[in-house]
Amino acid sequence: MSKLLSIKNLRVRFRIKSPLQAMLQKIDDPYIDAVRQVSLDIKQGETFTLVGESGSGKTTLALAVAGLLNATEGQIKFMNEDVTSMTSSQIMAYRKKISFIWQNSIGSLSPRMSVGSLITEGYKIHNLKDRDLKMEADRLLKLVGLPAHISGRYAHQLSGGQARRVGVARAIALKPKLIIADEPTAGLDVSVQGEILNLLNKLKDDLGVSLFVITHNLNIVRHISDKTAVMYLGRFVEQGQTDDIFAKPKHPYTLALLSANLTPYPEASLKNRIELKGEVPSLMDRPNGCEFHTRCPFSSEHCDNEFPPMHVFDGEQILTCHYPLNQN
Amino acid sequence: MSENVLRIRDLSVNYQTDRGVLEAIRHVNLDIPKGSIVGVVGESGCGKSTLITSIIRQLDDNADIPNGSIEFEKQDLLKLSLDKMRNISGTKLSIIFQDPMSTLNPVLSIGRQMIDIQYRDKISKKRKKQRSIDMLTKVGIPDPRNQLNQYPYELSGGMQQRVSIAMALQAGPSLLIADEPTTALDTTLEVQILKLLKELQEEMGCSILFVSHHLGVIAELCDHVVVMYAGEIVEQGSTYEIFNNPAHPYTVKLLECDPASISKKQNLLPTIPGEIPDLINLSGGCIFKNRCDQSIERCDKVTPILNKFDTHHFVSCHLIES
Amino acid sequence: MKALIKRISSDPLGLLGLCLVTLMVVSALGASIFAPYDPIQLNIMDRLQGPSANHLLGTDQLGRDLFSRVLFGGQVALKVAFLTIGSALIIGVVLGMIAGYGPTWLDNSIMLLFDTIRSVPTIMLALAAVAMVGPSITTVIFVIAVSSIPNYGRVVRTQTLTIKSKDFVKAEMLMGASLLRILSIHVLPNILGPLLILASMDIPTVIALEAGLSFLGMGVKPPTPSWGSILNDGFALIRNTPWPIIAGSIPLVLATLGFTFLGESLRDLLDPKLRKLL
Repeated sequence: MSKLLSIKNLRVRFRIKSPLQAMLQKIDDPYIDAVRQVSLDIKQGETFTLVGESGSGKTTLALAVAGLLNATEGQIKFMNEDVTSMTSSQIMAYRKKISFIWQNSIGSLSPRMSVGSLITEGYKIHNLKDRDLKMEADRLLKLVGLPAHISGRYAHQLSGGQARRVGVARAIALKPKLIIADEPTAGLDVSVQGEILNLLNKLKDDLGVSLFVITHNLNIVRHISDKTAVMYLGRFVEQGQTDDIFAKPKHPYTLALLSANLTPYPEASLKNRIELKGEVPSLMDRPNGCEFHTRCPFSSEHCDNEFPPMHVFDGEQILTCHYPLNQN
Repeated sequence: MSENVLRIRDLSVNYQTDRGVLEAIRHVNLDIPKGSIVGVVGESGCGKSTLITSIIRQLDDNADIPNGSIEFEKQDLLKLSLDKMRNISGTKLSIIFQDPMSTLNPVLSIGRQMIDIQYRDKISKKRKKQRSIDMLTKVGIPDPRNQLNQYPYELSGGMQQRVSIAMALQAGPSLLIADEPTTALDTTLEVQILKLLKELQEEMGCSILFVSHHLGVIAELCDHVVVMYAGEIVEQGSTYEIFNNPAHPYTVKLLECDPASISKKQNLLPTIPGEIPDLINLSGGCIFKNRCDQSIERCDKVTPILNKFDTHHFVSCHLIES
Repeated sequence: MKALIKRISSDPLGLLGLCLVTLMVVSALGASIFAPYDPIQLNIMDRLQGPSANHLLGTDQLGRDLFSRVLFGGQVALKVAFLTIGSALIIGVVLGMIAGYGPTWLDNSIMLLFDTIRSVPTIMLALAAVAMVGPSITTVIFVIAVSSIPNYGRVVRTQTLTIKSKDFVKAEMLMGASLLRILSIHVLPNILGPLLILASMDIPTVIALEAGLSFLGMGVKPPTPSWGSILNDGFALIRNTPWPIIAGSIPLVLATLGFTFLGESLRDLLDPKLRKLL
């Protein structure tokens, strides 16, 4: 399988204080790194999942991939073209090949357009006039499992699940190579979550697209993804095959996330869980040494001072930690 | 038999809408024993919020309660004057919400708010302040003395939720209603808050009515579980029974289709086909019949009632009766 | 359009508004057919009469039929109102959207322009304009239009800023939609509602402003009838007869109510979230 998306050492910086503010408040570095040293590869037809808590930089990374944010350093290559150095017309062509499924499914639909015109909007934007838009809308609705009569409705008349499906229909309309799905099941009832995941899996198999899924919900990761990366303070602390990550997590943060994932079994008691201390530190104030040491249950003095080295297990499971966990 | 803090009997709530009368919840019976945590679980549209708002008497203007009683410490809340109700809520009965900012005033400091809510107590301001500090310490807020000068927006979501818990428990209520208090939080913080709630509940001896759509959270925290579907209680019992021995077809399916309960990778996850029925012009019979794959003729005609299935387990289903 | 009228009709106040506005438009447009007399024809014998079968609203100090003058005055009022508000609206929308969507420096310069215009009183502007080109309806329209551009521009700018940060605008950008497309298809329809209500509420204000300017001799020149000039004639004669004032104020009141009701009803309809479509 060929590489579809390849990211090398990506860094995305934001200015948080204007030059004047920075001068007055005596801040030397008025920037934060929302994404730092991120490298990943997504192959054709593969699903890559990015797991992390809020503020970990997941969405920033996705927006940088889409070319909506500029990379400060590093490289984003899509089908061997460098996204970071594209001209605006190249970006237009690029945006035909990628699409988004938004977390805020209702809010991402233009409120005064009917579902039918929302779904076929991509054709109008990219001037593809060689088709019957009405038939095309019906076909796409059918593909995502919605009845045809829904095309006359407006966003605010849809249920959460329906809006999500409309979002999926819009995302697949232009036959993209990569779909970026930001929290595809957030805010949905459990029974509807399954429906959306089934739909994504089916589309992946039928259309051969790659999926880049961003989520904090570990429960769904297992069922849709091939590869998983765990993000903390803008860095990947661990990445590898999803099955490996779930079966033998080697980074304490991954283990803590898995442990905090509540399952409907009353036997699994709170007391057996690994509870992380405190909260995620501010990006403005990154801890020294290992950035996770402030919350890590296994940290030692060594972790406070020195940035951890990178380890590679079985050629694929990559992590940065002084003391990778031994799983027996 | 232990005493019940809250006793809801045959409670129904209707909403007047343009299309007709929407029967949001129907004939709900619910007991919250003293010192226990009762979880209400259900998907959107099951009537969770209506249940809570009717307990705290904050229903919308277009709602009416045709029948039922909500007995809280031997008083029917529905018959109380609004004045008396105000005295109960905030002292004996507290609530925390999904969004802590909905209970915190954004323009007042934490300390000011925590002292303000003790207006009923005739003690010095200094003691009130000390009590606030003690309470913040209890909910695990570091450096509480300085935190009192902070404004709510200066705190993270997890800390805000801790503050709102502290404020809710300050008066030592006998019942705390928790409306999805961890839904907006990250999983690692969720675990922290749940643990905190459990510890505080044990320490202070209050009861908690915990409402959530998250099965894992309910399983983790609660002693008893009530499963609601489309405005009715379809099953209730001890947490262990409900999760290990579910009897109602809806509960069974709900547990099956939770992606969390499937530990092996699966390309096709189970779902519950169909949609929740329209609560206007209900046709009678079992509320789940149109989505149930085991429904029999009787389900179309007769509305099932909650029947004893086991010692601590009640189910509303014809299949169980026979 | 038919559907829109049908839906307005289902709202009692909207229907009343629609009827009043229609009445005003039809009577103004058809003034030459409906008017029983020539509005500028003097008839000293019949001056200052009360209402009668011959003169529905009586006559003024020069014996002109007030009913006919009201009808023709409506023409002037409508012309001024629609041309002013129309042009102010178009320019305000364009400038407001540029300010809201464009870079900060452009936003700041446009806002500075708006503030400058607002700091000049309308009357001063009118004096300057009249001094340069002389009094006429065109001057009135120009002056009122320029002075009301900032009102629309500011509303449009604020709304654009709000909508710009919405997820659906980001979604459209990611689909590759051009700036023009985003502004015209996704932003404009969402800000039109509040603008239309603002505009319809402004119509009576503009009509009154026109009357005021005409009174100061900076607007419609006599003997062309305008509601403002009828009212002003009436004020001079208030001790002799109330009828000219009544004749002048009735259309003003009806027009105000009509456009306000219609505007509110339109707003409810144009915002799909408020539509009752269960």
